[in-house]
Amino acid sequence: MKRAFPIFALLTAILLSYALYEALVAAPTEQTMGNVQRIFYYHVPSAWTAFLLFTINFVASVWYLIRRSPHADAVAVVTAEVGVVFCTVVLLTGPLWARPVWGIWWTWDVRLTSTLVLWLIYISYLMLRRFSTSGQTPVLAAAMAILGALDVPLVYFSIWIFRTQHPQPVIGGGGSIDPRMWHVLLINWAAFLCFAGLICWSRYRLEILQREVEEAQALETLEPRSSR
Amino acid sequence: MSKNSGATAGVTGVTLAKDLRLEWRSKDAINSMLFFALLVVVVFSFSFDPNAEQSRQIAGGLVWVAVLFAAVVALNQTWARELRNQVLDAYRVSPAPANSLFLAKALGNFIFVAVLEMLMTPLFIMFYKLRPLGPAWQLIPLAVLGTWAIVVNGTFFAAMSLRARSREIMLPLLLFPVTIPALLALVNATTAILTGELSARFWIVLLTTYDVVFTIACLLLFELVLHAE
Amino acid sequence: MPSASDPLTPVSPVISVSALVKQFGRFAALRGVSAEFAPGVLYAILGDNGAGKTTLLRALAGLTQPTRGSVLILGTRDVRAVCRELGYMAHPSLLYDEMSGMENLLYFARLYGIADDRRGATNMTAVGLDPALTRPVAQYSQGMRQRLSLARALLNDPKILLLDEPFSNVDLRSAREMVTLLAQMRTAGKTIFVVTHQASLLDGTADEFVWMEAGQITSRTRELRTLETP
Repeated sequence: MKRAFPIFALLTAILLSYALYEALVAAPTEQTMGNVQRIFYYHVPSAWTAFLLFTINFVASVWYLIRRSPHADAVAVVTAEVGVVFCTVVLLTGPLWARPVWGIWWTWDVRLTSTLVLWLIYISYLMLRRFSTSGQTPVLAAAMAILGALDVPLVYFSIWIFRTQHPQPVIGGGGSIDPRMWHVLLINWAAFLCFAGLICWSRYRLEILQREVEEAQALETLEPRSSR
Repeated sequence: MSKNSGATAGVTGVTLAKDLRLEWRSKDAINSMLFFALLVVVVFSFSFDPNAEQSRQIAGGLVWVAVLFAAVVALNQTWARELRNQVLDAYRVSPAPANSLFLAKALGNFIFVAVLEMLMTPLFIMFYKLRPLGPAWQLIPLAVLGTWAIVVNGTFFAAMSLRARSREIMLPLLLFPVTIPALLALVNATTAILTGELSARFWIVLLTTYDVVFTIACLLLFELVLHAE
Repeated sequence: MPSASDPLTPVSPVISVSALVKQFGRFAALRGVSAEFAPGVLYAILGDNGAGKTTLLRALAGLTQPTRGSVLILGTRDVRAVCRELGYMAHPSLLYDEMSGMENLLYFARLYGIADDRRGATNMTAVGLDPALTRPVAQYSQGMRQRLSLARALLNDPKILLLDEPFSNVDLRSAREMVTLLAQMRTAGKTIFVVTHQASLLDGTADEFVWMEAGQITSRTRELRTLETP
């Protein structure tokens, strides 16, 4: 298992390089927006990766509540952290794209706004994990993850209603995508998924090791203490 | 099953009665909250010129944001009395269902925030010369649904923050992101009713859905939170 | 090393603890406690600060989940299923400062589904407090507060009493009265666990003294040998 990590890392590096080439060089230039549109190949796969990670977080949280498996809790922590990172990328690339193309930094675009709220929910999840002094923080965090997950469709729907009443520009463009672009998009998504997997794996190992150290330290046989 | 719901209703009723009685006796919390609510309204009125036409259009939003901030103050002291002598341990070792405690606290908070709203709303109407051009009666169910949305999650997150550093700031940190859809619904529905331009119906449906989903979720999850050491 | 040399272990113990470990982050409060406790016995749990006495009591009360190992109470691992048979008292009073003694007892009785108001009055009298007292608990002396807390723990007439430092900051006379009351309850068939630093108060009353140190039970004796330093 340990040997697989460097191999996977190498493959990811290769895939990322290839995806970068495809996105910046090989992909056809978009008609109206020009080269700025290429940020699309970072914006969209980051969003999909973040959503996937948060979905895994939800599943891991529910699993933890049912089985109280520490591994499930470790998965929940890891996917939340890495998910927030990818979510941040989405929120940074959105304005970077919108500004040159539409002249505005932000728009209450359904997807962008939902991503913002999702980001806020998971930051609050991470803050709960950090600030909680309870011995059963994983339980509280799992409850928070479930409430957050229940919120997501409501967020999406509420912003959707808002936009039908107050039309706003759309980032990301609707309409059909050139099949060559679609191909590049998928390659980038694959690369991002591998990269996310790599980081998650690494972080997961760190988390498990940390827990093992804590447990070992706690059970060390010491000389009886005479005062405390 | 009916015996269980009997026990739940009994404990909820007794706990709510106790909380209301204690609050009535000391009136500390309600007095300071009322004053805070008044201050919030005044500060908003100074910040958003009530005479400007645009301000009247966003007054719907202002009211609910003001209520949200005042509610956080109320929610933060939901469990203050229980924390003082670790009373929750007595609750945890008893057979009383965790839900009853949650419902009692949530209903208590609902009453407090409703009292705050009854102070703040007339003031906002007065300062901003608000006159609903749409169906004004819709504001009542809207207020009930909206207040419950804030309070049900607020009470739950207040319990989650009990064992956290910086407890008072943790509550709004956890509450605000999750409350965004409800806030959006409240503000837009209120503005729709005040301006009479759009229908508030979709928003009220969304708010009802929000309330149902989160009430059920909080009731199911509260036991875990109460017993988390 | 857990010692199980227990002269009082009967055929069917009311509580049995098996390899109980409780860890708080890097600190292990309980490091593998195994023991059996008989019904109708008054146990005094002694030891220095940090020995794990409070953690053990809380584990028995179901307030703390073991990291490893198990607690079997009245034949079940689910402490919450038998919570009606448990009475718990801790160093904080677990009472509302703003209410009077009777108001507190009436409220907590309701949590157990007890609608009979006389139970609260009887309990208050039994611990030597006046049920007619309208003073809020905040104005009670520490001794009165501990006694009221005991009255609260007895509301549901539990089979097992778990008392954590019931005599701390209590005047000597009140403490002795509480010990007499505990002895009466033990004779009536209750199993009582008292965690205390004041072992001498229970000398002659407790049936067994359980010594703890560094998260483990080091010895169990029938008599309190005050000169012994475990």
